[in-house]
Amino acid sequence: MSEHSSWPEWIYVGVVVALLIYVGAEAWNIERIIEHIPSDAEIIQVTGQQWFWTFEHEDGTKEIGELHLKKDHAYKFEVVSKDVIHSFNIHDYVVLVDAVPGRVNTVWFSPDESGEFDIQCREYCGLIHYNMRAKLYVEDAS
Amino acid sequence: MTLEIQKPRPIWQIMFSTHHTDVGLLYLITSLAALFMGGTLALAIRLELFLPGSQFISDSMTFNRMFTVHGTTLIFLFILPFASAVGNYFVPIMVRYKDMAYPKLNAIAYWMIPPAFALIWLGFADFTWNAYAPYSVTRAPGPAADMWIFGLKLLGISSILGAINFIVTILKCKHPDLPLSKIPLLAWSYLTSSLIMLVAMPTFAAALLMLLTDRLGLSGFFNPAMGGDPIAYQHLFWFTFHPEVYVLVIPAIGFMYDIIPRFSRKPIFSHVSGIAAFVLLSIVGFASWAHHMYATGMSFTEKTVFMIGTLSAVPASAMHVFNFLATMWGGRIKFATPMMWAVGGIALFFSAGAGGVVNSAMPLDFMTHDSYWVVGHFHLFVMGTIAFGSFGFLYYIFPYVTGRMYNEKLGKIHFVMSFIGTIMVFFTQHILGLYGMPRRVFDYPPIPEWIAMNQFITIGAMIIGVGMVIFLINIVYSSGKGKEADMGDPWGVGGEKYYYPYQSKTPHH
Repeated sequence: MSEHSSWPEWIYVGVVVALLIYVGAEAWNIERIIEHIPSDAEIIQVTGQQWFWTFEHEDGTKEIGELHLKKDHAYKFEVVSKDVIHSFNIHDYVVLVDAVPGRVNTVWFSPDESGEFDIQCREYCGLIHYNMRAKLYVEDAS
Repeated sequence: MTLEIQKPRPIWQIMFSTHHTDVGLLYLITSLAALFMGGTLALAIRLELFLPGSQFISDSMTFNRMFTVHGTTLIFLFILPFASAVGNYFVPIMVRYKDMAYPKLNAIAYWMIPPAFALIWLGFADFTWNAYAPYSVTRAPGPAADMWIFGLKLLGISSILGAINFIVTILKCKHPDLPLSKIPLLAWSYLTSSLIMLVAMPTFAAALLMLLTDRLGLSGFFNPAMGGDPIAYQHLFWFTFHPEVYVLVIPAIGFMYDIIPRFSRKPIFSHVSGIAAFVLLSIVGFASWAHHMYATGMSFTEKTVFMIGTLSAVPASAMHVFNFLATMWGGRIKFATPMMWAVGGIALFFSAGAGGVVNSAMPLDFMTHDSYWVVGHFHLFVMGTIAFGSFGFLYYIFPYVTGRMYNEKLGKIHFVMSFIGTIMVFFTQHILGLYGMPRRVFDYPPIPEWIAMNQFITIGAMIIGVGMVIFLINIVYSSGKGKEADMGDPWGVGGEKYYYPYQSKTPHH
C-alpha cells in the first residue's frame, strides 16, 4: 500500500503525543494546586433557584441577588439548587460549578481586586436563564 | 449511460423503492430540507442577538425553543441523514455489491425520519438538545418535550438499523476478491462510525425511556425529589453523544479521503494509517464522555481520568490531518469546488481540534465551559469540518446523482462566503466566550465588547446565509438545467478514472 517510508508520520505523531503529555501534566498539576481549599476559608452557602441566587454567610446574614465579600480573604462556596440544574459562575475569577439539586458542590476563591463583578448562571435553566444574574461586591478589608 | 434518476418515473416509485440509490436520494433531499430549516433558525437566533434587548422575538421561551430545534435538526436531521445518503449511494459500490445487505430494512430506517422530523418540529421543545434532567423532567412544558423524546427515539432506532445495514453490507457482502484492508477509506469510515453507533446509541435510547417514565411520574431515575440523580442522566447522555461526535465526524473525514487524492492527482499517502486512525478513534472515543461534565462537581480523580481519555483522542485525528497534507504534498492540485471545501474543512478541523485541547485541560475548562467558547468550538466541528466535508462531497457526487454539472463559479462563491462567514462567526464566538458570555441566552447585558462581537458574529452568519441561498439556487437550477456531465471525469483532472459512475459500470461490479 505505502511504498514510501513512514518515519515522518511517526515523528509527527511523537511530537503530538509529547505536546499532549505536556498539556495534560501541566493541567493536572495546576488543577491539583487550585483545588486545594485553604483551611481558613469562610463558607458561603449559595442557593440557585429559578431564577435568582441566594447567599448565606457564616454569621447567618442572607443576601439575595448580591454578595458582599472582603478583598484578600478566602471564601468557600457550597452551591446547592432548589429546583433544576444551574451553574454558579463568577467569570472574572474563573469560579464555576454547577448547582445540582440533591448535591452540594464546592468551589473556592480569594478575590484580589476590589470592585463590582457579575455573577451569572451558565447552565440552561428555563425561561429567565438569560437574566439569572447577581452582583458581587468586593470591598477593601479596612 | 442512463442514470436511475434520469429515467422518467413517477415520484411514488422513488419514494417506495428499496434500491440503495433511491433511498440515498430520499435521505439526501430530507437532509437538505433540514439544513435549510435549521439554518433559518440559526439566522433568526443571530438576528435576535445582534443587540441586547428583544429585537423581533418577543419572549425568551420562543428563543429557547428555536435554539433547541436548531441543534436537534442540524445534528439529527441534516448531518446524520446526509452521511446515510452518501453511504447508501457509495458503500455498495465500494464493496462491489448490488445493493445494501437488507434493502427493506434500509427503506424502513429512512421512513422513520419523516415522522421524527414532524414530531420535533411540531412539538418545538425548549430544553436544549441535551434535555438535561431535572429541567426536562419537572419543568419543560407540555407535549413539546414528549414529542421531542418520541422523535429522538425514532431517530435512534433508525440510526441503529442503518448502522447494522452498513456493517453487514461491508463485512458480509463485499466482493470475495476484495480484502477488507483494500476497501476505500470512505467505506472504512462507514464501518467504524456504524460500529460506534451500535455500541453508543442504546445507552441514550434507555435514557430516553427513563426520561419519559420520569415525566409521566411513574419513576424517579433522574428526579431528585423522588431520590433520583440528575447527573446519572448526563452520564447516559454523554456516553452516547460524545462517541456520536465521532459518528458525525468520521464520515466527513471519509469524504475528504475521497476528494483529496482525486484532486491532488496522487494516491492517498497511507491507506493503512487512515484505517488505523479510524479504528483508534472509534475505541478511544468511548473514553472521554465525561469531559462535558467537569463542572458538575466531579472529583479530581474523575476529571483527570477523563482528561487523559480526551487527550488520547487527539493523535488519531492528527494522523488524518497528516495523511491529508502528505497526500497533497507535491501533488498537482486542482482547486475545483469539492477540493476547496475539503481543504477548508481540514483547516477548520485542525483549528477546532486545537481549541478542543484547551477545553479538555481541566483548569482552562472552567473558563470556557457553557460559554460561547464551547458554541464556537463545536460549531467549528459541525459546520467547519462536517458540513464543509458534506458540501464538498455534495458537489463531488452531484454529477453522479443528477447526471449534470453544477455551476462551478457559484460553487466557489458558496465556498468563499461560507469560509469567511464561518471564521467570522465561530472564531469570534471563542473570544466572546473568554469574555464570559454564557451560551443559550436570549438577552445579554450591554457590555460594549459583547455587543461588538455579537454584531460581528451576526454579520458573519448573514454572509453564510447568503452563500447558502446561492447554493440552493445552484443545485436546484443545475439538477434540472445544468449541462450534461462527463461521467468518466467530470472535472477534467485526468489520470486514472475512478469516479464512481465509471467504477460502477466496470465489468467486475
